[in-house]
Amino acid sequence: MTANAIEAHGLVKIFGRQRAVDGVDLTVPAGSIFGILGPNGAGKTTTLRMLLGIVDPDEGTRTLLGTDHPLDVAKRVGYLPEERGLYPSMKAYDAIAFMGALRGLPLAQGRRRGRAMLEEHGLGAAADKEVRTLSKGMAQTVQLLGTLVHDPELIVLDEPFSGLDAFNQGKLERLIRAQADRGVTVIFSTHVIAHAERLCERIAIIAGGKVPFTGSVSEARDKLRPQVRLETRTLDGPWRTALPHDAAPDGHFWQFTLPETGVEPLLRALIEGNAGIQSLSIERPGLHDAFVAIAGADAARLLDEEQQGPNYQGPEQQGPEQQGPKYQEKPDA
Amino acid sequence: MRELLRASWVIARRDFAAIIFSKAFFFFLLGPVFPLAIGVAAGSIGGQVARDIDRPRFALVMAAPDREAALSARAALAGQLGEARVPVLVATDAATPERLLDARQGTRFLGVLSGSLANPELIGTASEIERWQGPLGLLIERARDGASAAPVGLATRIVAQSSGSQQQARLMTAQVGQALLVLLTMLLAGMVLSNLVEEKTNKIIEILAAAVPIDAIFLGKLFAMLAMAMIGIACWAVLALGAITLAGNGLPALPPPATGWPLFLALGVAYFAMAYLLLGSLFLGIGAMATTVREVQTLSMPATMGQLLFFFLASFSVTRLGEPIELFAAIFPFSSPFAMLARAAQQEVIWPHLLALGWQFAWVLLLIRFGARLFRRNVLKSGGARKRGLIAGIFAKP
Repeated sequence: MTANAIEAHGLVKIFGRQRAVDGVDLTVPAGSIFGILGPNGAGKTTTLRMLLGIVDPDEGTRTLLGTDHPLDVAKRVGYLPEERGLYPSMKAYDAIAFMGALRGLPLAQGRRRGRAMLEEHGLGAAADKEVRTLSKGMAQTVQLLGTLVHDPELIVLDEPFSGLDAFNQGKLERLIRAQADRGVTVIFSTHVIAHAERLCERIAIIAGGKVPFTGSVSEARDKLRPQVRLETRTLDGPWRTALPHDAAPDGHFWQFTLPETGVEPLLRALIEGNAGIQSLSIERPGLHDAFVAIAGADAARLLDEEQQGPNYQGPEQQGPEQQGPKYQEKPDA
Repeated sequence: MRELLRASWVIARRDFAAIIFSKAFFFFLLGPVFPLAIGVAAGSIGGQVARDIDRPRFALVMAAPDREAALSARAALAGQLGEARVPVLVATDAATPERLLDARQGTRFLGVLSGSLANPELIGTASEIERWQGPLGLLIERARDGASAAPVGLATRIVAQSSGSQQQARLMTAQVGQALLVLLTMLLAGMVLSNLVEEKTNKIIEILAAAVPIDAIFLGKLFAMLAMAMIGIACWAVLALGAITLAGNGLPALPPPATGWPLFLALGVAYFAMAYLLLGSLFLGIGAMATTVREVQTLSMPATMGQLLFFFLASFSVTRLGEPIELFAAIFPFSSPFAMLARAAQQEVIWPHLLALGWQFAWVLLLIRFGARLFRRNVLKSGGARKRGLIAGIFAKP
């Protein structure tokens, strides 16, 4: 296995007059969980499609598992596209086997594994059912299992959490972690900050086709100084001059960025000024704040709007699997 | 290449199973009953037209004065009775007139009118003599122009085979073979137009495109449809054989083709496969651009018109063996299978067929590459890859 599962330099993709991806650089270490975080239309899907060789970049280079011709290593890669798709008339286990066969797994072996995987994920009873009769969540699980059936070294997931209820989102998170524990590289795109924050060792923040940041979540958060939240007996007094210039009142609190000099000189000044400190907390900025700082307010607003839209709930609020709408039936051969 | 074939096999296997094990396949098998009836009707009309175009020709082997008189009489009779009712006379010199009926001489005479006006002789097969003895007897009397009061008898000499009758018989086989080939190709190749719509509406194309080359998708789909077509043809052939057996001698037998029946049938299958693959690969490329069934229906019309044009070209050239138009039809990829099948009915020589099959298959591969390239560029929006042009991209690694 190469040290980096994916390397991309200066990727550019132009659709008409729009530069959908504009000079993207990415390095995904082998065996890591890597997230591409950005709002819809930021260029996440196009970047992934270029990495996989579905579309060729107009400029730039990329290597996938050591080759610049991604289809040559297709057998070692699993891919879950954003727009899910299965043949409606196929049985669930057969759909998994077919996706494995596309990537070199013998059909008989794929069928055996398909049944076992469905059993393992609590869908054993659905193995012989046609995809068209499955609920949307079940169909998505079938497709995800089809992505994994051939034991890929690299898994590429495009918005894997979209459309999943909280229970299935939690299941998917556990599945991604399990794959990473086996040494598999996982790269996924998302517009949900919480997923990236919880799962990823490294992230790339993408907005407007550009990647202004790549690194660990911690490095992203370190882009901002910690925030201090101070509660005093009264909101004003002679000690007020000791507060930094960016201090802003928030109810009974003062909020400001932790000074470069640290908290001790400030504390000393507040005590000497008899400020009557009730409480003081120093909070490290979250990834959302880092995203605002790195990608800009417009991208952050888009991201916020998208996160409020879907039925996202944190994995702590998991409930039993809901029977969603049936998998949308489309004309089959 | 091995990977390409493996991936094609995966696609073909899925498509084939999806089609064959669907309820719709049964209705597909019933489908040709109606167009077959239309085809038979069209074939008989075509045959009539061909008979009109390819008029009966007799060699005229007589001394100069008698020859001139016979030709004048023929012109006069044609003026009175109509061109189609009087056989064409071609003045010819030959020491042994019956040799003019040898197919190997390259002549296409139904018979020979020889001797003299006083003592004429008609040489030909029994059926041709029976058919043309009357009109030619009338022509001789007209040429004699009352030289004697009593009419002379037209002596006859029967030969086993005449070049013209053999040629006409083979022409019929060629036309029937060609019509059947066109009918089957039109019926089956058009289905390829809608082939990729399913993948696009079901969003599966993204999964396929990420796993295997587009060429493999095209190749697999094409061969799955070909296999399905072959199964359909086998079913229809069995039904047709059953019908013929039931009809007993009630159906007219086709004259044997020049290459013999076994080879002609084998070539028929091979040319069908090539015609199917050629049109199929073209339609797959065009149809891949369609995103809805409505668009496919819109595209069907020009596609069908194209098919008809190829057929007309091949059909027009069937009576013009060796002429530039026939050579063009044999070389032009889309009419080549039809023109070459007509050749197989009329000429014994084999090697041009091997050459033609190779040529046609090369075009199939080229069209698949072109279609795949077009698909990547227009559907997957994988356009300006390294600024390669469409044509240059055909030869790039898939």
